[in-house]
Amino acid sequence: MVEFTLPRNSKVKQGKTHKAPAGAVNVKSFRVYRWDPDKDDNPRLDTFELDLDDCGPMVLDALIKIKNEVDSTVTFRRSCREGVCGSCAMNVDGVNTLACIKPIAEIKGDAKVYPLPHLKVVKDLVPDLNDAYAQYAAIEPWLKTETPEPGPESERLQSPEERKELDGLWECVLCFCCTTSCPSYWWNSERFLGPATLLQAYRWINDSRDESAGERLDALEDPFRLYRCHTIMNCTNACPKGLNPAKAIGEIKKRMVQRR
Amino acid sequence: MNGPTAFGSRFRRLGGLGSAREGAAHWWAQRLTALALVPLVFWFVASLAALTGAGHGEVVAWLRGPIAPVMMIALLAAGFHHLQLGLAEVIEDYVHNQAAKITLIIAVKGGAALCALVSILSVLRIALGP
Repeated sequence: MVEFTLPRNSKVKQGKTHKAPAGAVNVKSFRVYRWDPDKDDNPRLDTFELDLDDCGPMVLDALIKIKNEVDSTVTFRRSCREGVCGSCAMNVDGVNTLACIKPIAEIKGDAKVYPLPHLKVVKDLVPDLNDAYAQYAAIEPWLKTETPEPGPESERLQSPEERKELDGLWECVLCFCCTTSCPSYWWNSERFLGPATLLQAYRWINDSRDESAGERLDALEDPFRLYRCHTIMNCTNACPKGLNPAKAIGEIKKRMVQRR
Repeated sequence: MNGPTAFGSRFRRLGGLGSAREGAAHWWAQRLTALALVPLVFWFVASLAALTGAGHGEVVAWLRGPIAPVMMIALLAAGFHHLQLGLAEVIEDYVHNQAAKITLIIAVKGGAALCALVSILSVLRIALGP
C-alpha cells in the first residue's frame, strides 16, 4: 500500500560522528545509513569524515576504507568492484547506483549513502532482494525451445544481426537499481514485476533462438505484472550500466499490440 | 511477511492468481484516445476563441452547423473514455483494499459514462432541435 511517511520505528535519527584524522586537508563527510536488526534502536545516519588524499576514487573505496579503518560493523555487499557483479547497489547522493563505479568527485557536499529504497533492510546498506529474485525467476530466464537440442558437435545458430538485437539487454547485471527507483514498484512491488525483470523478460522474447515468445507474452499480459509501468523513466535514469529498461518495456507493450 | 500467507511460500504469494491476460486493449485505447484528443482539443479551443463575444443565437447556430456537432461528440466520447481509463489506472496504483478499489473503479466508470451520455445528448438536442 502507498506509504508517504515512515513508520515511527523507521524514522532515521542522527548517529555518531567520526572525525577526520588530524592533519587531513582534503576532507569529505560520508553520511551512512545504519540499522542493526539485533538492537531495538531506530535507524541512524553516522557521519564519517575521510581524508580523500588517502582514499580510492569511488564511493565503494570510501566504504571499504570506513569498514577497514574506522568502524568494522558497517555492513554492505560488494564483490567485483568494477560494475559487473551488481552487488554494491545502493542509493548514493539520492540516486540508485553501483557504489564501485560512482566517483566520489561527482558528489557535491556531504555524500549521503542509503540502502536501495523501499525494500526491507537486512542490515545497514544490505536490502532484502528475495522477492525481486523470485520475480526474476518467475519469467523463466532461460532459452525455451520446441526444436530438439542439436547434437554435441552443433549449436543453435544466430546471425550477427540477430545477436545485435540483444545488445542493451544482455549487459544487465541484475543490481535492481532500476526496479527500486520505480514509484510503481514501490506501490505495487508484489504484483508489478519491475523494470529489471521486465528488461530480462524482453531479452528472452527478443532472442532469435527462443521459441516461446507467445507464452512469455501471455504470462506478462496483466494490468499489474506489465502495465503498472507508466513510463516514469526513473529506471533509465538510475541504471548504472547506461541501459534503457523503459524502452525494453515499451517494446514488450508494442509486441502485445502487434499480436492482436 | 503478510498476514495469512506468513507460512506460505514466496512464489505462491508473488504468483498470485496468475496473469489476467488483459491490459493490451486498455493500453491501446488509452494511446488512441490520447492521439484523437490532440486535434479535437485544438479544434475546440480554436472554435471557442472564434466564438468570443458571440451571443446565444450565434453559438446555437454554430452547433447546428455541419461540422461542429460531429467534432463535439467525438471530443466528448474520446475525452470521457480517456478520463475513465486514466482514473481507473490511478485507483489501481494507489488503492489496495479490494472492496474500496472495485467500488471506486465502478463509480469512476459509471460517472464518466453518465457524464458522456448527458453531454452528448445535449449536443444532439441542440444540433437536431427545432
